[in-house]
Amino acid sequence: MKPRKTTKVDPLELLEAVRDLTPLDKTVTIMEVCGTHTMAIGKSGMRQLLPPNLKLVSGPGCPVCVTHEAEVETFLHLAQHENVILATFGDLMRVPGQSSSLAQARAQGARVIVVYSTLEALKLARLYPDREVVFLGVGFETTAPTVAMSIMQASKERIANYSVYSMHKLVPPAIEALLSQGEVKIDGFLCPGHVSTIIGTKPYEPAAQKYNKPCVITGFDIEDILQALIMLLTQIKERRCEVQNQYVRGVNSQGNMSALGVLQEVFEVADAFWRGFGTIYASGLKLRERYQEYDALSRFEVPHFDFGKSVNACSCGDILKGKMIPPECRLYKRACTPAKPRGPCMVSSEGACAAYYRFEEFGG
Amino acid sequence: MELITLAHGSGGRLSHELVEEVIYPIFNNNGGQDLLDAAVIPVPVQPGKLAMTTDSYVISPIFFPGGDIGRLAACGTINDLAVCGAIPKFMSVGLIIEEGFPIRELKQVLHSLADTAAEAGVSVVTGDTKVVEKGNVDKIYINTAGIGFIPPGVNLNPQNIKPGDVVIVSGTLGDHEMAVLSCREGLSFGIEVVSDCAALNDLTKCLVATGAVKCMRDPTRGGAAASLWELAGQSKMTIEIQEAAIPLHPSVAAGCSMLGLDPLYLANEGKLVIIVNPEGEKEIIARLKNHSLGRNAAVIGKVANQDRSGKVLLQTALGAKRLVTLNEGEHLPRIC
Repeated sequence: MKPRKTTKVDPLELLEAVRDLTPLDKTVTIMEVCGTHTMAIGKSGMRQLLPPNLKLVSGPGCPVCVTHEAEVETFLHLAQHENVILATFGDLMRVPGQSSSLAQARAQGARVIVVYSTLEALKLARLYPDREVVFLGVGFETTAPTVAMSIMQASKERIANYSVYSMHKLVPPAIEALLSQGEVKIDGFLCPGHVSTIIGTKPYEPAAQKYNKPCVITGFDIEDILQALIMLLTQIKERRCEVQNQYVRGVNSQGNMSALGVLQEVFEVADAFWRGFGTIYASGLKLRERYQEYDALSRFEVPHFDFGKSVNACSCGDILKGKMIPPECRLYKRACTPAKPRGPCMVSSEGACAAYYRFEEFGG
Repeated sequence: MELITLAHGSGGRLSHELVEEVIYPIFNNNGGQDLLDAAVIPVPVQPGKLAMTTDSYVISPIFFPGGDIGRLAACGTINDLAVCGAIPKFMSVGLIIEEGFPIRELKQVLHSLADTAAEAGVSVVTGDTKVVEKGNVDKIYINTAGIGFIPPGVNLNPQNIKPGDVVIVSGTLGDHEMAVLSCREGLSFGIEVVSDCAALNDLTKCLVATGAVKCMRDPTRGGAAASLWELAGQSKMTIEIQEAAIPLHPSVAAGCSMLGLDPLYLANEGKLVIIVNPEGEKEIIARLKNHSLGRNAAVIGKVANQDRSGKVLLQTALGAKRLVTLNEGEHLPRIC
């Protein structure tokens, strides 16, 4: 199916087409991998309008949500270093660790500053030459290049008091891990538009070819998502398993070569810890040897935190794998709300639990 | 460049010079009225009620597209009075200034505040200045309090809201917060949005005169979502709004889509949420469209006939319904 230009399409017609293509005799489960898609779907109220046997489940594509418990403890520990200013995106502030959060640490005197970009973090390093500025690098292939740029810039300007705690993760290995574990029945994937802008379409091919799952890369307008659902349902109907690109206005097959070049320069692929998954082989980014002086982990002494399992009854891990939907978690809406979150999926603005809480409650 | 020093807040000679030479001239006050420790102002003998409000302004940056902290401090207090149906008359100005703040910028901010108040017919009658050590405030914080008169017969109250009433917004939503966002460090996303910061008392007077206004709010922090949520809760009526009817500046819509924000939750500083009786809808819309501050006004919904559970329901462009509640996340701090 040829992707149509989205701006002129009536979303109600697309919705009708999705209904028509949904098979009558079986349940079809589609995972939206990306947190931004989860929010867009929630905001539109789409779930109420889809046939009951077409299920959309949220995946591991919310960077704050997949941040491992051990990583949370590590950055909370970094916040306690006397000379450190932690620069972080706002979403991490309220992620609960075992006994604290960055917001609580800040209220108790730790220097934690919310920034909106790595440029701001670098500016802090210039502004406070006597302090150590540590940027908390969370995010996928989309944000990692800007972090890489900041390290290159620091190296160029010889800014010695800037470092990064890299918790960056890669999306395609997580999709593969999900499929190889075989715990969840998924019939197809809505793949993230922004991440694909950087990495292109190829990295999803194992999911399509090895695991026979249709994949469609899509944008963030409701028309984009509906159109991608049509493409997925068409593939399922025709028994095809391909990587298709609905988001042609943002994504080409080879990705953004200059952003990939910057990533390659600063980072190398490493195993990473994911909440709910544990260690996934070659699914994260760590600083290369030549940039080691900008690696917060080699600059500061941090105890080794290791959690095999989640420390509270929170089901974020299963929610991130699509095994559970938020209302099935026993803490949801009772012990865990956006005002008093117990897990990161309720903290992050892109988290599945926050999206459900905000958008899927009708009549509350 | 002349800078504010701690001595300017000491109560000594420099304090007096700052007040006499910088502040009084800006507010057209020669000091003659300030022989006392409080402003003594004549109260017009008339029936009706007094309205009083106060607010503090800590915005960063202090100069932003479409305004500055001075204009904001005047508009915020004037608007809080205006949406109660009051005619704003008097205002106080309290300044907390960081040591090292340039006197040139102080003058700029105060001129802006004074001009905005004067245009709105409000007299700044008393004030206070404190200076604190560098780092203890960010440049300048302003507190304003205001007094206005509510004419007899005017009673804007959520209790007036009845099923079938119409919900109107006076223009595009979210302009102020998006303007502040767009000029914060590292967030220059090439979008030109200007804050809507404006004194609304002329517009509200013109609307209240129709007798059709049940209740009004100026949707600042928390955005229109918070105003509607409060109105629904206080009146125990359910408000239904249409997503597609919400007026948005194209750049705000683009910025929201880029940053994952919902314009319904973004702060405004020159907009009204108005609940109107259905018979008065046409007249109110006509008056809004005739006023420079209401050109993009739109009906965005109505008060439900059956449901009286005090909720706000939004119908999405796809036709689904969802609940509008208070913002749970952390929005951009220090937007006003």
